[in-house]
Amino acid sequence: MIKLDNVVATYTTQRGHVNAVDGVDLEIPDSMILGIAGESGCGKSTLMKVIYGDTGFPLDLSAGSVNYGFDNDRGQPVTSKNIQKEWFKRISYIPQSSMSSLNPVVRIRHQFTDYPATSKNKAETLEQVRTFIQKLGLPPEAIDAYPHQLSGGMRQRIMVAMATFQQPEIILADEPTTALDVVVQKDILMLLMELQKEMKNTIIFVSHDMGVHYQLTDRMMIMYAAKAVEYADTADIFREPLHPYTLMLTNSLPTIGDDRARAGLPGSPPSLWEPPVGCRFAPRCPLATDLCRTVEPQLAQHRPGRFSACHYAESVPQLKETIGHAPRLSDVAKDPAKLFADVESALKLDEALELATKVEEPAR
Amino acid sequence: MRTILKTEGLNKDYQLGGFPRNVTIKALDNINITVESDEPVIISVVGESGSGKTTLAKVILRLVQPSSGAVTVADHLVAGKRARPDKTEFLRTVQPIFQNPFEAFSRYRTVDAYLYETATRVAQLGRDRAIAAMEEALSVVGLEYKDVRGKYPNQFSGGELQRASVARALIPHPSLIIADEPVSMIDASRRLIIINLFLALKQEYKTSLVYITHDLATAYYISDYTVVMNHGTVVEFGEAKQVLQNPRHEYTRLLLDSIPSLDHKWTEEIAIDASRN
Repeated sequence: MIKLDNVVATYTTQRGHVNAVDGVDLEIPDSMILGIAGESGCGKSTLMKVIYGDTGFPLDLSAGSVNYGFDNDRGQPVTSKNIQKEWFKRISYIPQSSMSSLNPVVRIRHQFTDYPATSKNKAETLEQVRTFIQKLGLPPEAIDAYPHQLSGGMRQRIMVAMATFQQPEIILADEPTTALDVVVQKDILMLLMELQKEMKNTIIFVSHDMGVHYQLTDRMMIMYAAKAVEYADTADIFREPLHPYTLMLTNSLPTIGDDRARAGLPGSPPSLWEPPVGCRFAPRCPLATDLCRTVEPQLAQHRPGRFSACHYAESVPQLKETIGHAPRLSDVAKDPAKLFADVESALKLDEALELATKVEEPAR
Repeated sequence: MRTILKTEGLNKDYQLGGFPRNVTIKALDNINITVESDEPVIISVVGESGSGKTTLAKVILRLVQPSSGAVTVADHLVAGKRARPDKTEFLRTVQPIFQNPFEAFSRYRTVDAYLYETATRVAQLGRDRAIAAMEEALSVVGLEYKDVRGKYPNQFSGGELQRASVARALIPHPSLIIADEPVSMIDASRRLIIINLFLALKQEYKTSLVYITHDLATAYYISDYTVVMNHGTVVEFGEAKQVLQNPRHEYTRLLLDSIPSLDHKWTEEIAIDASRN
């Protein structure tokens, strides 16, 4: 089990310090796929860097700790202080862009034998690598090629092979498929799922594509403006979210066969330099009341295994129904002015506000 | 019926390498699309990278000469043999919106300078009418002239700047806007704002739109017609709802199956396949 205890990650800039991750508490059970979702700039990639232990200047782990739940060779527990020694042996990383991650001037086989753990017997290791990448659907000669000779999908497979070759306990994947086409993306994601099933390791997967999360992950954490706002099983996140941001995030993209008019998320996330008092989502939230604008909600367990940081978590399922009654696009099309008005009203109408005020005792 | 977009036997070959090992790549291979309508329409072009979507856009925008064939936009012949439209007249008919607004605008010039130049040179308006046209176009996309005036691209967010580039394209009231992956640089949660804007433009401004994308879900959401491309050829063309709900071609089905959708899990598919065997 990986334990994140009140992690605060700070960037030092010319303007001063800014907290890109601001107090995240998280327990990740072993051998599962955890998804982290949120808009760009919400701190998901920074959190990944912290878990990977890659905290050099300007990033700093200014408070809290990460405990990985296993011991190193000397029998000491591995924490954020000494995880760097375990890189690519017990924790590995699949970056977003394979083109800028592979060294363009050396053959791929050199990059497989580049780190100390495999340097003892290179020929033997390379034989193992050849058999291993065949399992991942690559020709064994692929490791003799230079990165530019391979297609984007093949390079991303090479990155997956590098990250999984040593069978690490933890694999971090930071948007590994965003640069790829949908057909290739599916192949890579299926490959990751198969490998996870076989090796029983923990994968932490960052993506902004909610569809990918639905397909791949077992549990999900939703981040907003450097905070965790919801943490629950993926099925629950999509079926019955307990935070209005999660609901609006899952609802912001159209699907094939669904003719309902949809609105994107209005407004933009707050500046992390001056985060708003109270709930950070309040300025964009249809359920926000004065309580939200003054008191910051904490991540609390509302149902078994389902955490949400919202004062009105219990009203969110009702809000979902209100949104579900958005007009059909073909009806709206006749009167274009209604397109925005209707969608907005479906989200914001007095009904929703009434709903929120009906709950007298805020859930804490 | 007006011809909104018509391509006849459109081909574009690229030559790679020199003699004796030159390779010909058919970026466009005999493209025949005809869309005729009195109402403005949104035509989406979908496919993977390397399928020729962007080459098609460039040919319609006259940035690339086709090897053979012709393109007609709004009853004007714009590309191919005997196509000699005046440049200003052409730009009044077809306007582009590009993928990355930060690359489309130079960072050393203010954004309103681009709008002003489009108004004076392409739409050929006088100073006062040009500013009025800018104000109108910006208000359509939900921006205000006083907020845009004198600002450089880095002072905008990606979504705002993309809306400004939509406003720029609107100033000469074109019959057709070519939008090449207009939302792929914008955060997923805010894409729909731009997409809904396109819908409103079609209805209020009577502008047709060619929407080039690899995202089939948004293509389904806004388009009237869909062109599915693969390796430079059109594999399927027809009404959007028809094509994307009842695909007839193998490749369209493959694309649709690969979308990470929210209705069924891929792992369940495998389980079903295994139980069948």
